[in-house]
Amino acid sequence: MTTMAEYRTIAREGLWTNNGVLSMMLGLCPTMAMTNSATNGLGMGLATAAVMTASTLLVSLFRNYFSQEVRIPVFVLIIATMVTIVDMCMNAWLHELYKVLGLFIPLIVVNCLPFARFEIFSTKNSALPSMADGFFMGVGFTLALTTIGAVREITGSGTLFADASLLLGPAFKFLEMRVLPADTGILMMILPPGAFLATGLLLVVKRMIDERSSKAVQVSAAAGAA
Amino acid sequence: MSSQRTLIHGLILGAFCLGFGTLLVMTNGYTKDDIALRAVEDRQNSLRQVIPDSLHDNNLATDTLILKSDQGNEVVAYLATREGQVTGVAFETSGSGYSGAIKVMLGVDLEGKILGARVLSHKETPGLGDKIEVRKGDWILRFTSLSLGNPPLDKWKVKKDGGQFDQFAGATITPRAVVKAIREGLQFFDANKTKIMEFKVDKTQTTDTEAGKAPVKEIN
Repeated sequence: MTTMAEYRTIAREGLWTNNGVLSMMLGLCPTMAMTNSATNGLGMGLATAAVMTASTLLVSLFRNYFSQEVRIPVFVLIIATMVTIVDMCMNAWLHELYKVLGLFIPLIVVNCLPFARFEIFSTKNSALPSMADGFFMGVGFTLALTTIGAVREITGSGTLFADASLLLGPAFKFLEMRVLPADTGILMMILPPGAFLATGLLLVVKRMIDERSSKAVQVSAAAGAA
Repeated sequence: MSSQRTLIHGLILGAFCLGFGTLLVMTNGYTKDDIALRAVEDRQNSLRQVIPDSLHDNNLATDTLILKSDQGNEVVAYLATREGQVTGVAFETSGSGYSGAIKVMLGVDLEGKILGARVLSHKETPGLGDKIEVRKGDWILRFTSLSLGNPPLDKWKVKKDGGQFDQFAGATITPRAVVKAIREGLQFFDANKTKIMEFKVDKTQTTDTEAGKAPVKEIN
């Protein structure tokens, strides 16, 4: 049985220490392409999280049935099936959301993050921890994409979470705000180069925070020893 | 021995393919009617924006006529009829913008006056070229009630080219493409006007039967 502490480790790994984008640097294709606004980043992240949760569960359920040699094609099969099912169901029953997210969903197939998690985690662990791993990795991916999107949107077009109500429903209208006056943004930030700049800067920020906290740990350990 | 192993791997992979394939077929079966319905609704929504409701009593999305453009492409014309009389037509026209095609849905009445124009899809630069969307600006609304004679043909250009339509700050190519698309759309309407008018005469009956079928399908 997986203990509570282990789940906590899974959550911390997915959200921060082993974050898909900011630590493992995986799934950068959708990260670059879909973060020209915070809302787009959030949408892409949520769709990825849903597919990852479902497919890590499937991989761990079937992990004793496929051999090492054919595992990669089976992974591809599972992720492609999940993406197609999500795509069709959303098109049929959540059509308003689909019109906003529809573009992003097929892109999940080209994301390396699920494959990495299948390989590292789901094939070695039972169903529930695998699902938790997929879920938290997905949420960590969502956080990273939303943050990159927010940085690019604020600097590029001066708004934050524009059109969030289209994605999440009218109740989330309050998220939409204008941070800078209209037409003052740096256009480059919402164009492809901005994705590289914003992602690079956020990587620096994360490394700095990690460095500082590891130093703090060392200092407190040293103080404890003394 | 090794060929036997290969066979086993092949069988495993085949079994997974079969399983997931079946799953996909089932999902497709459950969703395909709803997806088709949504596509019709989407088309109706975009048509509603370019043809006022007061002008027709038929289902725009199902009363269609296929016309040939100058380039030999097929263009689907959605006909607005009231009491069996054609009152207007909507069709897609496109121009090539800064990055890829800009698709415009154009509604025209029988005198060739624009009832409405809306950009359906484009890949223009966000923040510059996307002001052609009705969500982001009212630029596209100024085409309403214009026609080929008003302004004269040589004024159907952006101001930079000596015409009468404003371009946006920092974007000339995008508005130029939209103006050209709409101008060509009107010329296309002119060229096919007789076909569209003819259509009402022998289409009245077929229209009715089609319109009668559609709601039944929805109830089922």
